[in-house]
Amino acid sequence: MGKAPKKRSLADKVRKTKTSTEIKNNPFEVKINRKKFDVLGRKSKHDVGLPGVSRSKAINKRKETLLKEYKHKSKSNKFIDRRFGEYDTKMAPEEKILQRFAMERQRVHDKKDVYNLNEEEELTHYGQSLAEMEKYNDLVNSDDESEEKGLLSAELTASHFGGGGGGGLLRKKTSGEQQEEEGNQRAKSRQELIEELIQKSKQEKRERQVQREEAQELTEKLDQEWKNIQALMVKKTPKAENADKQEEKPKLEEYDMMVRELGFEMKAQPSEKMKTPEELAREEREKLQKLEADRLRRMMGDEIGEGAQSQIHMSADDLNDGFILDKDDKKTLSYQDGKWNLGEESDEDRDVDEEEGESGEEEESEAEEQDDEDEGNEDGDEEEGEEGSSEEEEEEEEDGHSDLDSEQESEDEEREQEDKEPSAKPKKSLSKEEMKAQQDAAKAELPYTFTAPESYTDLKDLLSGHTPDNQRLIVARTQKCNHPSLAVGNKLKLQKLFGFLLEYIGELTTRSPPDLTTIDKLIPELYALCQMFPEVACKAMQSILGDAGHSMEEVIEVKGHVAFPALDMLVYLKVTALLFPTSDFRHPVTTPALLYMSQTLTKCPVRSLQDVTSGLVLCCLAVEYVSFSKRFLPELINFLAGTLHLAVQDKTSLGYTVVPPFRPSGKNSDLLVLSDSESCKSWSKKDLPLSAVQHLELKNDLDRDHHRLMCLFTCLDLVKRCCLLYKDLTCFPQIFQPIRTLLSKHLSAQTLPEPFQELHSEILEAISSAPVSHSTLVFEKKKPIPLKLLTPKIVEVLDYGKKRGSSREEKERERLKHKYKKEFKGALREIRKDSRFLAREKLNEVMNRDAERKRKVKELFGSLATQEGEWKALKRKKRK
Amino acid sequence: MAPAKKRNVSSAKTSEKGVKTAKIDLNSKLESILENRKHANDVFDILEFLQSEKEKDVIGAVSSCSKLFFAMLERKDLFMGKLPGEDEALSGGYSAEEKYRIFMRHRYNSCVEMLLEHLSHEVHSVKESALCCLMKFAAGEGQHPLEDLDWSEHYSFPRELIQAVVYSLLSKTTDNSLLISRFQEFLEMEDVRYYVMSSIRENVGKVMDKNKGAVVPIYQNNVFTLMSNISMPSQESELTNFMVKQEAKHEDWKAAKLIEHKRVFERMWLGFLKYKLPSSMYKKVLVILHDSILPHMSKPALMIDFLTAAYEVGGAISLLALNGLFVLIHQHNLDYPDFYKKLYNLLEPSIFHVKYRARFFHLANLFLSSSHLPVYLVAAFAKRLARLALTAPPAALLIVLPFIYNLIRRHPSCRVLIHKPSTEDETLEDPYLMDEEDPVQCCALESSLWEIKTLQKHYHPDVAKTAMLINKPLSEQEDDISEVLEITAYELMERDLKQTQNKSIPLEFETASQLLKGGGDVLGQHFCLN
Repeated sequence: MGKAPKKRSLADKVRKTKTSTEIKNNPFEVKINRKKFDVLGRKSKHDVGLPGVSRSKAINKRKETLLKEYKHKSKSNKFIDRRFGEYDTKMAPEEKILQRFAMERQRVHDKKDVYNLNEEEELTHYGQSLAEMEKYNDLVNSDDESEEKGLLSAELTASHFGGGGGGGLLRKKTSGEQQEEEGNQRAKSRQELIEELIQKSKQEKRERQVQREEAQELTEKLDQEWKNIQALMVKKTPKAENADKQEEKPKLEEYDMMVRELGFEMKAQPSEKMKTPEELAREEREKLQKLEADRLRRMMGDEIGEGAQSQIHMSADDLNDGFILDKDDKKTLSYQDGKWNLGEESDEDRDVDEEEGESGEEEESEAEEQDDEDEGNEDGDEEEGEEGSSEEEEEEEEDGHSDLDSEQESEDEEREQEDKEPSAKPKKSLSKEEMKAQQDAAKAELPYTFTAPESYTDLKDLLSGHTPDNQRLIVARTQKCNHPSLAVGNKLKLQKLFGFLLEYIGELTTRSPPDLTTIDKLIPELYALCQMFPEVACKAMQSILGDAGHSMEEVIEVKGHVAFPALDMLVYLKVTALLFPTSDFRHPVTTPALLYMSQTLTKCPVRSLQDVTSGLVLCCLAVEYVSFSKRFLPELINFLAGTLHLAVQDKTSLGYTVVPPFRPSGKNSDLLVLSDSESCKSWSKKDLPLSAVQHLELKNDLDRDHHRLMCLFTCLDLVKRCCLLYKDLTCFPQIFQPIRTLLSKHLSAQTLPEPFQELHSEILEAISSAPVSHSTLVFEKKKPIPLKLLTPKIVEVLDYGKKRGSSREEKERERLKHKYKKEFKGALREIRKDSRFLAREKLNEVMNRDAERKRKVKELFGSLATQEGEWKALKRKKRK
Repeated sequence: MAPAKKRNVSSAKTSEKGVKTAKIDLNSKLESILENRKHANDVFDILEFLQSEKEKDVIGAVSSCSKLFFAMLERKDLFMGKLPGEDEALSGGYSAEEKYRIFMRHRYNSCVEMLLEHLSHEVHSVKESALCCLMKFAAGEGQHPLEDLDWSEHYSFPRELIQAVVYSLLSKTTDNSLLISRFQEFLEMEDVRYYVMSSIRENVGKVMDKNKGAVVPIYQNNVFTLMSNISMPSQESELTNFMVKQEAKHEDWKAAKLIEHKRVFERMWLGFLKYKLPSSMYKKVLVILHDSILPHMSKPALMIDFLTAAYEVGGAISLLALNGLFVLIHQHNLDYPDFYKKLYNLLEPSIFHVKYRARFFHLANLFLSSSHLPVYLVAAFAKRLARLALTAPPAALLIVLPFIYNLIRRHPSCRVLIHKPSTEDETLEDPYLMDEEDPVQCCALESSLWEIKTLQKHYHPDVAKTAMLINKPLSEQEDDISEVLEITAYELMERDLKQTQNKSIPLEFETASQLLKGGGDVLGQHFCLN
């Protein structure tokens, strides 16, 4: 125990002794280590060594440590308490302590406190400054104290830091002045100066203390007085409470307790930061940007990192059950115009039926879902009652929403537009009353839970006889009741539901007239289901497209041409575009869909106005498909040119070629030629119904002409869109050459109504304004092959030499091994040196002892000899 | 013959069930006639049935007739040689035996006439049984000739009968393709085929002359069906299957010589093609011309007129004529002036849409595979194809693009079309003249294939990827076009449909709310729901 610290302190002492420069300069002492390679910029510590010095150092060190130990070897010593008067029984304990204290003070003082002028010794209790404790006890004065503490007198600063103006006491100590004064004012020595300073500061301190005491007295007095009048005050102001010590105390304890309790309680996890609308908007925008970037990447057909992309955000605690917690549902606590957003949102979600196509429906938080489900599982009566009672409120709330919504919309432009608008708009188009009536009706009629349909007929039974809105509601509720997170089989049920819905849509189109409104209403549900089960949706769509493509192929094989697809296929194509991104470079659903459209546009001969309408619907779809990616669709241009060709009256000298399925002349090649040019005057633009694809009822020539004009108008508009889409293509003029000749030479718009003329001139302008000349094609520049670089190979030189071992761990092990070896060698060397030293010492000891003995023997012999001599002399004397 | 027999029996059987009484009646009569000459007059009853309105009766009667007369042919119960008139026979000094034979021969003849009439019956089964019966008679007559065979030049073959059958097969009013396909099995026999071919030739000449060369679609269709059903043997040794074996001088028989077959075949086709054809017929002929007509002609070069005429027609017919022309040029040293110029002018947008797209590109590939073609020509072809590709469907693009690349690979000096680095930063209007008919003057070499650059933005990923290839120097290896020639749009669709999905399917992130929304609302702007 006692050995180690002792040794260390001795070693420190040895280290402190420094070799003098004398030795360093002595060439006999210096040994120069030869360098093997001279490396530029390397600083070596060991080029000059002092062997003599280091040896003597080592010897000294050993003498201090090893030798001492050796000498104390086999010596048992006992513990001596060196405290003052410990073994003195005569002294009283008080006296003893006093004496010790005095000694301690003296020891501390004379060492380093000589210059510590201002500071008195600090009294401590349990290591804490008593003075400090005193201060804290005095809570009332704490603020005063701090003021005082912070106060620095000019003198003090001057004395401490030597700065300030001219009058500092210690200023005299500064070198320049000191030297100046040294000559004449030797009398006033440094000692005296310091004494003076100490005195002054002590006086100051005393004054301050007096002041402080006075102030305290005054405050206490004031407090006393306040207590007297306090009773008079009826209501306590918080300030009074604070001031009141008596009242304060228990409270403080309570507070302390609470603090301690809280301290021991589990730390609350930091919740997500409350987001401001701006932040939300930014987040939303970022999300959209990311999605957009994703889409662009897919559009370019980059293969890289395709695995990494995933449309669906996977949270860490996602159970991968198809349950999607959308990011954009505003479940996080947020404020909007000073109002709390949360309550309103959850309300919105709970009243499912109120919200039309709320995108967040299927993406609610789980808790909410549970909540909702509970409600759903309860008796319908209760629910109805509840809802009935809260109707008024709901209405109010709704007003609130719409206000909020409109505000929001104006505020966060794009986000809301993208997200909320589509869902909010259809709702708004209805008047409030109407909507309310509808909702009431729905509430009255529809149950709240539905079992998922097991077969297509089940679904049909479920939906038949309901209004489109109700059908939508039914599907939405079915979806909610059978959410995959609620039961095991639900996932499968909902997956089936998607297929059934698609089939149902197909059937709706075949009705006469086709029930497109219902389809329109079902779209959000379809979209929601698709988002839940992308794979299933993909499979279903693929099978529809595949079947249609296959049957078409078979007909083409036999007949060489095929009739235009029916309305259901057109609707499916449109739905495909709504559910899947059409801009991807390659997509399992949209690419076949595009191929299907191209096939129909090339293989279906146009034989009637109905066919023209079908073709134009397909063209519209095709334009929609490529509107974002701006991909080139030759069939589209061909078809549009062919359609325009149908309207050309004089087909004798064409300056362009017509591409199949159109023919330059013959039967059905002037379908769009007006029978009476007068009918232009009564024409006005109105949208064509989609059902015209299936059943076109045109009673007389005028109707037919109007329909023709409408088709022509649509066609021209599509041509214009195509012009805008493809204007960046290098072959733009060549692609639009037929259309240009057609429009400029054969189909003048002069006889046609105003909008036609506008479109006509716009198209021609767009075509002619496109750049005609391009730079010639060249191969992409190859990446130049990099020159062979002659930079030296850099080898990491570690402390054990060249690189050895590949991995980090291996390197570390190698390093440690090396270090151990080095240390081991060093230790061995030291031990050897130690033993050599010891042996030497022992030898010395023996020699000394022998010499001593010899000397003593000699002495003895000497004394004996003298004695003998004296005795002989005496004897001789005697004899004489 | 055996199958014919069998079929007869089976058809008889089916009728048996239907009209049992009639059948029993017929059978008993048949037996009685064959048994005893006393019942000879019963044959009228059978012939009466043959004229019956009911098809089943007719079929039964046909089978009875075939049995009856075939048996008689075998028994030689029918009169041989020049047939005297019926009245004459009664009055003439013939023995009872002879009278009977003459009588039966007359019945036989009338039966044959009736059967020939039945060949244009409305009901197919009647036609079929009549045809089989007639062929059975023909076989019978072949073995037991009804003519005297004393003079050695003649070979016994029922030429008249076959001719009559052919004449009625080639109807001017009804489409006999089904019956003709049934007839095909008899055409397997060399001698039948030989005589059928010569009959056709005669018939075509007669009929068309009567019509003064005008188009007779149904007739021509029948002729074509019959002719295209003729499958010629390719070697002399294959001539083994004869209906009638000639005992004497078989080797010298024309029907036994391949060269004669070829000659007749050639004359038949030339005779047919001499007249104006409907355009669909043109196509049909041209489609089979190169592999089922030209090789079997003794002088294929005789087809040159027809082919040149077809090549001049334009459109799909020209495309199809190419194949025949190719055979003639390639194997028969035909020299065709301005062949490439014409080929160049054949390139129209429609070539990507016609049925014979694959064949055309296959041939064009062959024609342009020569390394001795001038650069300007190849460049003109490449440029024109590229220009036309702007209107082509994806399946065609997947042919055309590798096609163009192959052209450039074969003729490295065409590389300027996709790589012209000398003009720096200089923009250039496309100097290519699409309307110029002469590939020499169309300035294709001064141009670049910007069209392919445009197609890099094509909507179909495979097309876009293929078009991307011009961004880098083309690989040395030529693309194999034959793999993509037959590709259809549905196969392209299947590529994406059948792809195994191991990664997640990207979804549209913009929420769909309405049917007509989304994608720029193009549909919604022109169409409404109701």
